[in-house]
Amino acid sequence: MEHIAIIGNGISGITAARHIRKLSNKKITVISSETDYFFSRTALMYVYMGHMKFKHTQPYEDWFWDKNDIALKKGFVQQIDTAQKKLVFSDGEPLTFDKLIIATGSKPNKFGWPGQDLKGVVSLYHKQDLEAIETHAPNNTVCKHAVIVGGGLIGIELAEMFHSRHIPVTFLVREDSYWSGILPSGESEMINNEIRKNGIDLRLESNLKQINANADGSVKSIVITETGEEIDCDVVGLTAGVSPNIGFLEYSNIETNRGILVDRNLQTNIKDIYAIGDCAEQRTAVEGRRPIEAVWYTGRIMGETVAQTICKKETLYTPGHWFNSAKFFDIEYQTYGWVNSEQHKKPNEAHFHWMHPDQTKCLTVAFDKTTQAFLGINTFGIRMRHEIFNRWLDQNKTIDYVLEHLEIAHFDPEFYKNYYSEVIEKYNVDNNRNLKLKKKSWSQIFTLKS
Amino acid sequence: MGQYKLTSAAFEGFIKKNNITSSVFIKDLENSSVDKEFSTPFYLANSIAKAVESANAYHKENKEWGKVIWTKPHSLAYQMVKSSGTGVVVENKLKFWFLSFGLALLGALLFMLPAIELKGPPGIKNNHIFHSSATNRGWIAWFVFAFLILFYLVLYFRPSYMINWIYLVDPISESLSGNPASQWFLYGLLYCVIMSTMAVRMYIKYRHNNYQILRTTSVLFFQIVFAFLIPEILVRFEKPWYDFKNAFPLDYDFFFRWNLNELLENGGFGLFILVWGVLLTLVVVPVMVYFFGKRWYCSWVCGCGGLAETLGDPYRQLSTKSLFSWKVERWLVHGVLVFAVLMTGLTLYGYFSETYKVLGIKVQTIQDIYGFLIGSIFAGVIGTGFYPIFGNRVWCRFGCPLAAYMGVIQRFKSRFRITTNGGQCISCGNCTTYCEQGIDVRAYAQKGENIVRASCVGCGVCSAVCPRGVLKLENGPEEGRIGSSDVLLGNEMNLMDQLQDK
Repeated sequence: MEHIAIIGNGISGITAARHIRKLSNKKITVISSETDYFFSRTALMYVYMGHMKFKHTQPYEDWFWDKNDIALKKGFVQQIDTAQKKLVFSDGEPLTFDKLIIATGSKPNKFGWPGQDLKGVVSLYHKQDLEAIETHAPNNTVCKHAVIVGGGLIGIELAEMFHSRHIPVTFLVREDSYWSGILPSGESEMINNEIRKNGIDLRLESNLKQINANADGSVKSIVITETGEEIDCDVVGLTAGVSPNIGFLEYSNIETNRGILVDRNLQTNIKDIYAIGDCAEQRTAVEGRRPIEAVWYTGRIMGETVAQTICKKETLYTPGHWFNSAKFFDIEYQTYGWVNSEQHKKPNEAHFHWMHPDQTKCLTVAFDKTTQAFLGINTFGIRMRHEIFNRWLDQNKTIDYVLEHLEIAHFDPEFYKNYYSEVIEKYNVDNNRNLKLKKKSWSQIFTLKS
Repeated sequence: MGQYKLTSAAFEGFIKKNNITSSVFIKDLENSSVDKEFSTPFYLANSIAKAVESANAYHKENKEWGKVIWTKPHSLAYQMVKSSGTGVVVENKLKFWFLSFGLALLGALLFMLPAIELKGPPGIKNNHIFHSSATNRGWIAWFVFAFLILFYLVLYFRPSYMINWIYLVDPISESLSGNPASQWFLYGLLYCVIMSTMAVRMYIKYRHNNYQILRTTSVLFFQIVFAFLIPEILVRFEKPWYDFKNAFPLDYDFFFRWNLNELLENGGFGLFILVWGVLLTLVVVPVMVYFFGKRWYCSWVCGCGGLAETLGDPYRQLSTKSLFSWKVERWLVHGVLVFAVLMTGLTLYGYFSETYKVLGIKVQTIQDIYGFLIGSIFAGVIGTGFYPIFGNRVWCRFGCPLAAYMGVIQRFKSRFRITTNGGQCISCGNCTTYCEQGIDVRAYAQKGENIVRASCVGCGVCSAVCPRGVLKLENGPEEGRIGSSDVLLGNEMNLMDQLQDK
């Protein structure tokens, strides 16, 4: 029986294991040095905040793995012998395989800041990071002040976490506005306000120069490059992005760049060895996407795909239209298709932006200036239906069509007020147009179809 | 507090009213209790109950069936004790009402209202739920657990022990129905007061969520108006006490002989109740479940649901989510439904064939067993008492026969489902954690599958706590309601496969 070894028990590795089991009776071993069981790392923040216990982050009960004949092995793979098809663990134990899937995910970036390894410097990626945060920042007496470096999604999560324990937070963001490399300015500005509204000391255009130590090797303070200001703190959160976790491949003959280089079928330069998820780097990026995508659902899609290749026939990694979501304190964010920030806007990309007067809800629609084709939508504080936008993107609908039919894509809970007439009114005023919102007809309400 | 003295005049009144012919009982009490003053209700209640038991034992041994007292010992004790109290509480009912109910209410509001400011802007604020002793099975939870269990045991089985509490609400009862309060009136009033208070908490917690606000208002309305005010007012007009929203088989004694007789003796109005009760169960309930799911009842109308969604909301995360508990749930809840239906079948057979025994079993015995095990222990003592330990829907999930009945319809013939939003789920587990019915919502969401489950009461909290906007409760066509695809929306590899195959 063919033995499939999978290194990494995150969403990519586990999805691959589950789908291989669905499609075959091959022997499967999932290896992790992080935890015994699969958990959702996106939920770590909720454990610290007391919304959940760690066990709630585990999507499957412990018996699931035995029942599905998926062997779990806790251990750290030190070496991959590709010629002998053998893994060697840090304790010297070997494990042979017929096919190998590397799904080792990411590790937080550290850019060589002085003091970056001091006691009290934390990040938020692994379960061990959560444990470190719990140790160094259990409350606001042990941790009187925390500084977070890096203005991405994990940084704002960490800010929300510290805030939940009433720890004062200073948040250093390199850009001139939060996440402004991704979000158009109106939206980015709205999130700046949301961060400040929650009492976070947000410092834009601020880089970390160094972290100063106490005599016992713990964090004493940080210094900001631009101003030279020194801020006393007990904990520093480094959240300046992640990069592929592939250090253990240094001496193997598996080809790497920033990540493990793979073809569209997710195979590395070595036959029968695949890489999926955050640690994989496409030799040629899928159109419109980055070669490395550290996103939950792309990891899942790669897991689904590699299982097909291993069990049925060669299948290419084919993600559909881009989508994603996040939550910034109380503001939910969803995106379908591409809406680029000002700095990354395509030459033909134009935006229509609407913001609710209370500054907690807004949307931006990207469209092609010449063809009026709908390119993508960002919504904040409004939930949208993935299926509908996927269809509209498939069908190359125009912005007019999309705006007129927004109500069909509405996904907020029942009895929520929707704002699409205000949205369309603004569009009409801005563009001197006369679009009318198509109200859901009774038959549509009755059948849920567009 | 107070003194308890069963005067001989009052005692004689009871003897007459209850047609008691047992001289053993009368002599026993005359010797031990009548015209004597006690400083607590306990001794008096116990000696009355004991007198009933020993007199009955004597008469049964001598086969003097006519002299046996059929009223339950502690019910009789309660009636007698209720009329024997004097002293500070009885003389200052309203004052003490304000000192107890009023102060408790004020305290609760003072505790909850500051949350508007302290917990930050509107939004899901579940911070520290699993750090708190009250909501994570700590000592506070166990203390509340013990208190609630004790409360229900006293309420159901030793009402005379809470006689002082009942005195407090006499004035309110008299103003509504014209009668002094019973323990059930106290319970009904407490229920309304607690629900209203905890509804304020819901309004604050979910002030950003219209579904939760409307739903809370609805359960509150049905509890206060339908379960409390209307029945009491009916009594004032000499109509039968009836809660128009309480559907059989949750209302398990609807078809009991005494109820049918009472309704039939009440003429047109009684007949109207009888027809409505039957229609409610056979027509209204299934039709509404078909269009809206069982949530229309469980989360919008029901009294048990109402308490669970207000007083019980802080405990929803404690429900067990294991596969094992789901197996137990299916056997138990459907078992209770079968029990209720069989019991009612026997009852009706006995009623129409005018016999007290069916198949050699006394109908009364079956009813008593059901009333004790399901009606009192399961629905009350366990149903509410277990809130702080096993979550707020233990009764609704494991025991309620009406929920079981609606669940079957919801699972197989309904337009209701919780829709999963394509590929957006990140498996974080907030939905599963906060599902009061212990449904593993995430298991469906992460596969892009709609949630169609018999037990879902449609509280809407999974959708509320989802950080990625993945879940939406909705009613739609039955076609495509259940079922899933192999890969989630966002992965187009199958499309590629099809192209290659061509």
